Amino acid sequence: MLEALEGSAAIAKAVALCRPQVLSAYPITPQTHIVENLASLVADGQLRAEMVSVESEFSAASVVLGAAACGSRAYTASSAQGILLMTEVLYNVAGLRVPVVLTCANRAISAPVSAWNDQQDSMSVRDAGWIQLYCASNQEAVDTTIQAFRIAERCELPVMVCVDGYILTHTLEPIDIPTQEQVDAFLPPYRFSRMLDPLRPISIGNLVTPEYYAEARYAHHQALLRAKDEIEAADRDWAKVCGRRSGGLLSVEGPDDARIGILTIGSVLGTLADAREEYPDPPAKLLKLRSMRPFPADAIRHACRGLSDLVVLERALSMGSGGIIGAEVRSALFGEPNPPRVHNFAAGLGGRDMPLEIYPRLLKAAEAPEPTRFAIMDVELQKLPETER
Amino acid sequence: MAADEKASLFELRRAQPAFRGLEAGHLACQGCGQALGARLVTEAAGPDVIVANATGCLEVFTTAWPRTAWRVPWIHSLFENAPAIASGIEAALKAQGRLTKVVAMGGDGGTFDIGLQALSGMLERNHNVLYVCFDNEAYMNTGIQRSSSTPHAAMTTTSPAGKARMGKRHLKKDLLSIIAAHHIPYAATASVAYPSDLRKKVRRGLEIEGAAFLLVHSPCPLGWGHDGALTVEVARLAVETGVFPMLEMERGDVVAVMQIRNVRPVTDYLKLQDRFSHLFDESPEARVELEHLQALADHHIEVYGLRGTSPDPRDSEGADTVRRGGLRWG
Repeated sequence: MLEALEGSAAIAKAVALCRPQVLSAYPITPQTHIVENLASLVADGQLRAEMVSVESEFSAASVVLGAAACGSRAYTASSAQGILLMTEVLYNVAGLRVPVVLTCANRAISAPVSAWNDQQDSMSVRDAGWIQLYCASNQEAVDTTIQAFRIAERCELPVMVCVDGYILTHTLEPIDIPTQEQVDAFLPPYRFSRMLDPLRPISIGNLVTPEYYAEARYAHHQALLRAKDEIEAADRDWAKVCGRRSGGLLSVEGPDDARIGILTIGSVLGTLADAREEYPDPPAKLLKLRSMRPFPADAIRHACRGLSDLVVLERALSMGSGGIIGAEVRSALFGEPNPPRVHNFAAGLGGRDMPLEIYPRLLKAAEAPEPTRFAIMDVELQKLPETER
Repeated sequence: MAADEKASLFELRRAQPAFRGLEAGHLACQGCGQALGARLVTEAAGPDVIVANATGCLEVFTTAWPRTAWRVPWIHSLFENAPAIASGIEAALKAQGRLTKVVAMGGDGGTFDIGLQALSGMLERNHNVLYVCFDNEAYMNTGIQRSSSTPHAAMTTTSPAGKARMGKRHLKKDLLSIIAAHHIPYAATASVAYPSDLRKKVRRGLEIEGAAFLLVHSPCPLGWGHDGALTVEVARLAVETGVFPMLEMERGDVVAVMQIRNVRPVTDYLKLQDRFSHLFDESPEARVELEHLQALADHHIEVYGLRGTSPDPRDSEGADTVRRGGLRWG
């Protein structure tokens, strides 16, 4: 049944339906509403879980690591500086191959300090060894959260569910919250294979010499690559339960004969989908990147067949280099027989609005005689001193 | 929980205290105080515990993959988060209705310095965890750098003695007062020189419901510059001089101290260790520092009432008898 819910409230309900046993978080805007809602569910007795309100994000990530290693389903959420503060733990959770689920309410990174949305936070930790799934809507955030627990537990890898701060977390939308029976059928109780247990004592987190480190890294990398199947399977199987798909690794919308493609990630997809109806010419495909890690290079190559131009739009950048997704897309297309030209833009940094009108600009950019390697599309140079333009 | 699991757990608990949680064969240096301390703690804690270990010597010398010296479930995550890992384990056990105990272990670097915030959080939330700090008064794992636990005037590689400096310029952090300010149910100090006292404090810390903290003075022959055979002797002298006060606290109040039967001058303790050797060059600066260190020990004796008035089986000599056979050597 559809309910009008704030994104954060819906995510909290989805988390609660997954029956987590341990929750831990430290407040940071725009993540706060998620954990406030969870705290209320615990306080009202609707969710039986240990809620550990800690003194830093570093401890929040550590608490869920300890809890999950001890065999409990565990959840945390954070944003921006919080993600950066817990970065050391994020790498550690992943390297120890412990399944936890984290919601990243995407927000820009300081300095300059910004409380508004972009995706620099989660993009900064893309190499930490986590699965990273990005949501285009709050319905997807709900469905992806439920899928995330199954993916994490089956792959023994942590999953970061990325939702754009404010644009999703603070927006009221009609959302279908599944029933407890639906979620229980999809997500059975879980037992961690390497759980801390006095009857089967093992050591987790041993010192590894050069003799074994590369092998551990290899195994971790392979696990992430193999996780592609579980991500697709979770999306398929959840669709059997609730009738909705969230887009697997990568999904494509638009006419088959379109020669232009726009690849992007997160909530801006909703804007672009609406804009496409308003600007039907020239026809364009929307490539919706849902899984940033593992990176679906095969799916991207497949989706780009027949395209003459691909515009990659992202909400973060690697300073001193350029686009992050753009670089990976180019790398995925390298060596293809007739690859599209790749035009790479960042936009919407630090909460700058991305209106419908960005869509015709992206299409126009695809017509440029030379493809743009990388540019910040909505930068207003007149605001800068001459020397910095 | 299945009936056979319950029966096995009962068997495990019955095995205490003969059980040894940390086995021999690990890679610690000869005379390592921390190895001795960790063995004593795990003996007292028994088999039904989960250990969360901060990064440091203990983690390095016990778990070089693919081997481990631990017979209890053990996890090492990072340097500064052992208290938070232990908090998470405890929360999970509570959620699952399991009664297994949780012990967190760290060195002084992980406890006094980089992990202090996480420790404060764990104590404030009063998790049912015993946190044990093996205090060897410097960053030994990285090669003997000063920590906030390094005593005043001690030499380390980052507080060397030279023409312009007499070793560490600052005081050892009074961690116990910080712990006391959290008003946790139980906190204590112990020493590897007093095994039965240490075991008793571990058991106490595990028995009580809520957060407990144990500071274990653990000599490091390599870092302190003393013979590995003298670890216990050096640790005992730290107690007998008043340098390391032995206390028990409940809710932040001192409720018991180990009294010192015969108070020794601090130089008896200092002269066995190379880290204080620059204090014995007869220079005026060295004399000032010796007086300073003596005054700090005297201060401990004074404020904690450590001077014994009559022989007591629990004082610094009485507690030193080995319960399970024989008296103190010499």
